[in-house]
Amino acid sequence: MAKDTLYNKVWDLHKVTTLPNGQDQLFIGLHLVHEVTTPQAFAAIRESGSTVPFPKRTFSTEDHIIPTDNQAHPYSDPQAELMSATLAKNVKEYNIPFFGTDSGKQGIVHVIGPELGLTRPGMTIACGDSHTSTHGAFGSLAFGIGTSQVGLVLQTQTLALTPFKVRRINFNGTLTGGLTAKDVILKIIQTLGVNGGIGYAYEFGGEVFDNMSMEGRLTVCNMSIEGGARIGYVNPDQTTFDYIEGREYAPKGAEWDSSLAYWKSIASGDDAEYDDVVNFHTDDLSPMVTWGITPAQSVGVNDTLPASDSQITQEAYTYMKFKPRTPIKDIPINVAFIGSCTNSRIEDMREAAKILDGKQVSASVKTLVVPGSQQVKKQAEAEGLDKIFKAAGAEWREAGCSMCLAMNPDKLIGDQVCASTSNRNFMGRQGSTTGRTLLMSPGMAAAAAIAGKVIDVRELLV
Amino acid sequence: MIISSVSGTAVSVPGNDLDTDRVVPARFLKEITFDNMGNYLFYDVRFDDKQNPKEHPLNDLDRKDASVMVVNKNFGCGSSREHAPQAIMRYGFKAIIGESFAEIFAGNCHQIGIPVVTVSAEDCLVIQALVNEDASLQLNIDLEKMTVQVGTFFFEIEMPKSRRDSFLKGTWSVLELLKSNKEKINNTHKTLPYSF
Ligand code: SF4
Repeated sequence: MAKDTLYNKVWDLHKVTTLPNGQDQLFIGLHLVHEVTTPQAFAAIRESGSTVPFPKRTFSTEDHIIPTDNQAHPYSDPQAELMSATLAKNVKEYNIPFFGTDSGKQGIVHVIGPELGLTRPGMTIACGDSHTSTHGAFGSLAFGIGTSQVGLVLQTQTLALTPFKVRRINFNGTLTGGLTAKDVILKIIQTLGVNGGIGYAYEFGGEVFDNMSMEGRLTVCNMSIEGGARIGYVNPDQTTFDYIEGREYAPKGAEWDSSLAYWKSIASGDDAEYDDVVNFHTDDLSPMVTWGITPAQSVGVNDTLPASDSQITQEAYTYMKFKPRTPIKDIPINVAFIGSCTNSRIEDMREAAKILDGKQVSASVKTLVVPGSQQVKKQAEAEGLDKIFKAAGAEWREAGCSMCLAMNPDKLIGDQVCASTSNRNFMGRQGSTTGRTLLMSPGMAAAAAIAGKVIDVRELLV
Repeated sequence: MIISSVSGTAVSVPGNDLDTDRVVPARFLKEITFDNMGNYLFYDVRFDDKQNPKEHPLNDLDRKDASVMVVNKNFGCGSSREHAPQAIMRYGFKAIIGESFAEIFAGNCHQIGIPVVTVSAEDCLVIQALVNEDASLQLNIDLEKMTVQVGTFFFEIEMPKSRRDSFLKGTWSVLELLKSNKEKINNTHKTLPYSF
């Protein structure tokens, strides 16, 4: 069992009691809510006449079903409109703060938590969404839950949970030109597998993380769930504190000082003990691209695809219509999607803009750039990034989940190949039952949009 | 909440392998709440295209207040949709007696506090015959004694021990379990070094 890690300290601080069934009852410090996984939970509360005892600890927004072209009500899809209206009604009835489109703060729930200063170190954070692991970038224990558990949090602010094991993942070296956090996490998942993290919280550390921005850490923690780890976190440090300071919900004045002391106290100690330790180095890292139907099926951009030697690789080759042992480079793409809770923060927008500046996307590639939040959109426009995207022939959209999944109008058509900065390349994920997704970093997706095919972004950086 | 017995009148819904698609047709799953699920219970076998009631035990007005459903073999098979037990509960049923149940369905019922108990195939047919004969017949499912009283007759019932214990101890709902520690929750809340 792990000892003296951030996980142990934060867990113990939030533990209400041990339940008769052996699980721990854990207090949830911050609960985030979106429109898709919550209506039944609210309905159950209403029906039972139950209450929400800690409404100040829940915050809500809409992201999955919201259109990114025209966000005026009513939405073109009546079921989306109803879902949206239902969320607005539910949160109003229970006094839960709501960041809707007219707030200027709406966005993907995992983007707005950090940017509003809601997500902070040493918290327990739950949301009815598996990518809640994102918030671990701040040194919190953040994890996705199901609809019935959303109901439990609303009614008791607690959950019944089985303790995790802790795996320390060291990544040393430096991320030089063109290498990003996305490549780091794709490499980790490629190595440890999509099930490797089941039962674990991943603690990410080492030189790469010490020097990584908060945006990068968010990208890595976002995808820890794709490696099976429900929780992924980075110990808080000066980078974390600098990011939080001054944000809307960040502690201020004397509270800032006491918060800082708390945040420093919960980082894993030098004598921390882990259940497992794994080491990586950037010497073995190049820009990563997935070629298959799980996030672990990836190769370096200059590598060839693997042999078809297992059931899952065969299944992937059949679906993707690629050939074993051929290069990933030069595979043609039809769509480029830069967005999602993995890569839609301001740094991602800048990274894409840097590549697209003064260039044109291929005439055959539909390119969508979708900011993760209204605030990211505003910031990007203040920096003139929107003009760079539009001049390059890309579409500049409103904030939302967009083409990450098929719950809004942004979808692949037929067997289109999409260079996507999102987190899942599952069959049919992007809205077409035969659509094909290649996961990569924003710079790599922008480069692919220009070339009309997969290329090494580093060729454009020299 | 402790559930040690369920009593009331009953309705018999005969047939083996009644799947959850039958219990709630798929098109009703698009709704954002379980609120209306009770209205959709067995919809396509209860109503015709013009929404006129067809011949079905649930359309018997004398039985509209029944608390117990009596079914046969492998009830609730197919899709894992929680909408099925939700529909049964929201229609007004508080327990189900049958010869056997699909595992996921039984688990879903347990989660929402609906005891499903099994009886032998012969007893099942006898109970259904008794129920069919008299719409006002009172049943009493007793989870302490593990019997069901049907009018003046008694039958043995079965249920997995852990589920029975959880109903008798009132721990079948994690919600109730978590709620029961209210004071401890408030104490933890007070010691947290952060707020909003
Ligand atoms: S962007 Fe994609 S992965 Fe992230 S919350 Fe939205 S749908 Fe889920």
